[in-house]
Amino acid sequence: MDVIPKWAEVILVPLISLILAAILSALVILAIGEDPVAAVNLMVTGALGSTYGWGYTLYYATNFLFTGLAVSVAFHAGLFNIGGEGQAMLGGLGVALACLLIPWPHWTIALLAATVMAGLFGAAWAAIPAFLQAKRGSHIVITTIMFNFIAAAVLNYILVNVMRPPGSMDPASARFPEAVHLPTLHDILGVVGISFSKAAPANITFLIAIAACFLVWLLLWRTWLGYEIRSYGKSEPAAKYAGISPVAITMIAMLISGALAGMMAINNVMGEAERLVLNAVEGAGFIGIAVALMGRSHPFGVFLAAILFGFLYQGGAELALWTSIPRELIVVIQALVILFTGALDNMVRMPLEKLFLMLRRRDA
Amino acid sequence: MDFLTLIQLFDSTIRLATPLLLACLAGLFSERAGIFDIGLEGKMLAAAFFSAAIAAITGSVWLGLLAGMAASVALSLLHGVASITFRGNQLISGVAINFLAAGLTVLIAQDWFQQGGRTPSLMGGGRFEPITLPFAENLAAVPFLGPIYSELISGHSILVYVAFAMVPLTWWILFRTRFGLRLRAVGENPAAVDTAGVSVVGLRYAAVLICGILCGIAGAYLSTALQAGFVKDMSAGRGFIALAALIFAKWRPWYALYATLLFGLFGALETRPDVIQNIIGMKVQGQLLGALPYIMTVIILAGFVGKAVPPRAGGEPYVKER
Repeated sequence: MDVIPKWAEVILVPLISLILAAILSALVILAIGEDPVAAVNLMVTGALGSTYGWGYTLYYATNFLFTGLAVSVAFHAGLFNIGGEGQAMLGGLGVALACLLIPWPHWTIALLAATVMAGLFGAAWAAIPAFLQAKRGSHIVITTIMFNFIAAAVLNYILVNVMRPPGSMDPASARFPEAVHLPTLHDILGVVGISFSKAAPANITFLIAIAACFLVWLLLWRTWLGYEIRSYGKSEPAAKYAGISPVAITMIAMLISGALAGMMAINNVMGEAERLVLNAVEGAGFIGIAVALMGRSHPFGVFLAAILFGFLYQGGAELALWTSIPRELIVVIQALVILFTGALDNMVRMPLEKLFLMLRRRDA
Repeated sequence: MDFLTLIQLFDSTIRLATPLLLACLAGLFSERAGIFDIGLEGKMLAAAFFSAAIAAITGSVWLGLLAGMAASVALSLLHGVASITFRGNQLISGVAINFLAAGLTVLIAQDWFQQGGRTPSLMGGGRFEPITLPFAENLAAVPFLGPIYSELISGHSILVYVAFAMVPLTWWILFRTRFGLRLRAVGENPAAVDTAGVSVVGLRYAAVLICGILCGIAGAYLSTALQAGFVKDMSAGRGFIALAALIFAKWRPWYALYATLLFGLFGALETRPDVIQNIIGMKVQGQLLGALPYIMTVIILAGFVGKAVPPRAGGEPYVKER
C-alpha cells in the first residue's frame, strides 16, 4: 500500500509545488520593485477578462497541449523527450510543404493533409534519436538536445536558401494561399451566435488538440499498446520478461511523441502565421516539459496545465506591455514549476509522507 | 591562403574554445562523479550576467569574476540539493536551471540597468585586458616562430591561460590524487565508495561545487573578456556545445581540450567563409558549420566511430541500503 493516498498524490503534491512556485515568483516580482497583487490582477484581466485575451490564452494553450502530450507519452515509456522544440520545427516544415506545394480546394482537406505531414515530419525527427536509443544505447536526452540544434540549422538553411520567395529579405516562406486559411474561434462560435474576438489567433486546432488529449488517454489506458508502453516505462526487466520488445516500444513511443510535437505546427504555422518563419516554435517545445510534469503526464492534467501556461503566457505578454516587468518573468515561473514539480518533487513528497504516516498511526 | 590568415584563424579558435573548454571541464568533474549536468548553459549565462553587472557597478573585473563564480556556484548548489539531497531527476533539474538563468538574468538586468536586458558596456578595469607575454614584441620579427608566439600564444586575457592550465590540473586531480580516485569511483560505483567509509554525498557535492566554479569562470570570460558586457542569452548554446565536447572527449581531460579546440575552430571558420572556400575550393554553408558539433556528437554517441560510454552511475541518485 502506498504511503500517500491517491487523491493527495494526484492533487495535493502538484498543488503544493505550484503554490511554492507561485510564492517564489511573487518574491521575484517584489524584488524587482513591483506589486505582485497588481501583477496578478493585470494578468487575469489581460488573459481572461475579454474574448480577445481568451483567444490568445487558448491559442498558446493549444501549442502547449500538443507539446505537453508529446513529453507525457515519452515519459510513460520512461523516456525523456527534450526534443519537442526541434520536432515542432520540422512539423512546421511539413505543414509549409503541404500548404505551398498543392493547391487545396478547401481548408478541410488541407488541414487533414497538413496534420498528417506535421505528424510525419515530427515523428521522422524523433525517429533517429529513438533508433539510436533503442539499438545503440545512446542517451536519448543528449541526442534529442543535439537534434534541436540540428533542426534549427536545417530550418535556417531551408528558409534562407530554398523556401524564401525571390526578392524577399526575410528568412521566411511565402504566404500560404487563402484557401488553406483555418477558421478561428470567432468563425466557429459565430455560427452558434456567440461573439468572439476577431483578432485573436485561437482556431479550430484547439478542438483537434482536445481530441488528441482524448486519443492519448484512449491509447495509454484502453489499448494493448498503451499497456505495453506503460509497463515498459515502469520496469524494463518486467516488461522484457512479459515479452514486450524494448526496441519496438522505444521506437513507437518516440514516434508518437514526435508526431504530437510536430502537430503543434498546424496551430502556430497554419492557424496563426500562415507562413513558415524562423522562430515559429518560440520555446513551446520546452514548455511542454513543464506542462507534462505539472499534469502528472495524464492527458487531463496536461489539459489543465496547458490552459494554465496559456494564461501565464498571455498574462505575461500583457505585463510586459503595461508594466516594466519583462516577458522573461514567465520563463522564471516556468523554471520554478519545472523545478518544484520535477526535480524537487521529493522535497514536497517526503514531509507529506511523514504527515500521512503520522495520521495513520493515530487512527490505528 | 597566407600564413598570417592561418595565425588569425587559430587565434580566434583559441578565443572561442576557451569558454567551451572551461564549461567542458566543469561538466567533466560533475559527470565523473555521477551527476549529469545539462545546466552548464544556465550556469554560464548567470555567471556572465553577474560578472558584467558587478564589474560595471564596481569597476573591478576581479570582483565581477567573484560575483559570477558565486552566481554559478549558487545554481550548482541548487542542482546538488535537487539531485543529491532530494534524489530528484538530474536532467529535469538541469532544464529548470537553464530556464531559471535565462529568465532571471534578463529580469534583474532590466531592474538594475533599464537597458532592455543588457548591462552597460564595460571599459578599462571592468574588462580582462589582453596580456602581452614577455619578449612578445621583440620576437615578432623572428620568421615563422615569431608570429606564432607573439600573435597566437601571447595577447590573450588571463582567463584563457587559466583555462588551458586547467587541463593538466584536471588530469592531475582526477588521475593522480586520492580525491580524484574517489571522485571517479563515486561516478562508477557509489556503493563501493560508501562501503569504504567515504561520504558519497560529500564527494558529489564537492564535484558539483568545482563544476560551479569552472562554469563561473567560463561565464565571466564571455561577458568580460570575449565581449564587453552582458546581452540577453549571450551563452547562445555554448553550454550544450561543451556538453557535446564532453561526450566527444569521452569524459577525459586532454581529449576535452582537443574537442573544444576543434569546435572552436568550427566557430572561427563560421566567421571566415572565405578561408574554407580557399582550402577546399567550394562554399560551405555557415549553418552546416554551426551544426557540425552536434552532428559529430550524435555520430559518436551512436557508436559508429568509437563508442562513448558515460560513467556507470551517471544520472542515478544514490540510495544507501538499510
